Amino acid sequence: MRRGPLLVTFLSGAAIAALFFIPHYRAQEVNSKLLEWTLVVYAFALILGSISLWNSHVRKMKKRAEGWGYSVVTLSTLLAITILGVWKGVGEGTPVGTIYDNVNSPLASTMFALLAFVIASAAFRAFRARSVEATLLLITAIVMMVGRVSIGPLISPHLPGVTEWLLDVPNLAAKRAIALGVGLGAVSIALKIILGIERSYLGRS
Amino acid sequence: MAWVRKLLSIDRRIIFLLVAAGVVLPLLFPLNLPVTLTPRVKAAFDAIDALPPGSKVLLSMDFEPDIMAELMPMSVAILRHCFRKRLQVIAMTLYPAGTGLGERALTTAAKAEGAVRNRDYAWLGYKSGFQVVMIGIGENLRGMYPVDFYGTPLDSIPVTRGVNSYRQTAMVINVSGSSGTDYWIQFAQGRFHAPLVVGCTAVMATDYYPYLSSRQILGLIGGLKGAAEYERLIDDFGDARRGMDAQSLVHLIIVMLVIVGNAALFISKRAGDAGGPAAGSMTR
Repeated sequence: MRRGPLLVTFLSGAAIAALFFIPHYRAQEVNSKLLEWTLVVYAFALILGSISLWNSHVRKMKKRAEGWGYSVVTLSTLLAITILGVWKGVGEGTPVGTIYDNVNSPLASTMFALLAFVIASAAFRAFRARSVEATLLLITAIVMMVGRVSIGPLISPHLPGVTEWLLDVPNLAAKRAIALGVGLGAVSIALKIILGIERSYLGRS
Repeated sequence: MAWVRKLLSIDRRIIFLLVAAGVVLPLLFPLNLPVTLTPRVKAAFDAIDALPPGSKVLLSMDFEPDIMAELMPMSVAILRHCFRKRLQVIAMTLYPAGTGLGERALTTAAKAEGAVRNRDYAWLGYKSGFQVVMIGIGENLRGMYPVDFYGTPLDSIPVTRGVNSYRQTAMVINVSGSSGTDYWIQFAQGRFHAPLVVGCTAVMATDYYPYLSSRQILGLIGGLKGAAEYERLIDDFGDARRGMDAQSLVHLIIVMLVIVGNAALFISKRAGDAGGPAAGSMTR
């Protein structure tokens, strides 16, 4: 039963990897065609996602589960935006554009802006110099927070230079190490999936 | 040490009020704090500035409203610079909710610089598929975007006529709030060798220093500070420079809170006071 998906994964993965290194125009034509297929798969994933969202919220509403009222809002918004978008378009000046500018944009920005308040409260209560490592982190964070904004040079003309050094030396070294590790890890996982060693994507670990 | 205990268990609403004042007051009464330039933003500016007039630039604005406070002023500043330099911009987004913002950034910058749609810029809109779209553009732009956002075929638009891959563009600029930037580096730059400039949120910026040092990206504009620097470079006083006053003050308030919190805890411990609030409690 599982041989089919494993074979498709192996062939697709191996073909895409090989085509990356073959500059011949025939190979690149095949590559382009595979990319177009991927776009179609993405489109189907979007449809599948919408159906799944619809089903899960309808179930919630039927059962009158906790917070089912939010499901009503979600589904009616989904329907309204879809109908308006298909009927009147989605550009500036259309109903969807107006809803986007006056509802979606301010709501999303507000949600993200709340982070500043939570972070300030959390920093006051949790950012403590309890050990040498925590103290180092605390000092670095303070230098970075003050040195990276306009008020930094007014407090000390050396602060921007110190922040630049922190970013260019310790930060760069750590980021390079992490990037190399992540890259090697990604290659190893990709190989395991192509060769059928890693099969958790099939629905069983 | 009753006062220390009181300070450590301060109501979080007082902290919220302090932060709110730090945000609102500088916006109402601007402090006009100076914006110092960093080499990364200057490098991004210089790379774009060095392009000859008429060059085509592909700009992908991959962000949604949650981070528009940082990336919207950045996009507008970059676009204004491009229009001022008479560069032709082909703009797109890889986020579904980014279409409204991309269009808004284009119209704002075009209005300020007198640029005209299809003559000075084209708006391709949204396409799903991140890496697939990036590789697809490298092979056949029309395979990904046969028409622009308004349904006009690309061959009917002067800006996109004759452009079929990265080869016909002088530069790719990615303004992003996600790991989409990693893919632009891997594919647009790594595979198709397109010169790349990156603009991202402040928290993401440190991730891209290695690519800057290896010259895989030509410049890096990080967060509101980077956007403010860019505005200064193009001699504009926009939302980023206005916002930097508020950001400076809020950073200062947070730093003061951290110092006060640690000092109070230190005094409390020295006095052998076991009564303070639970360590690390963030919900009080």
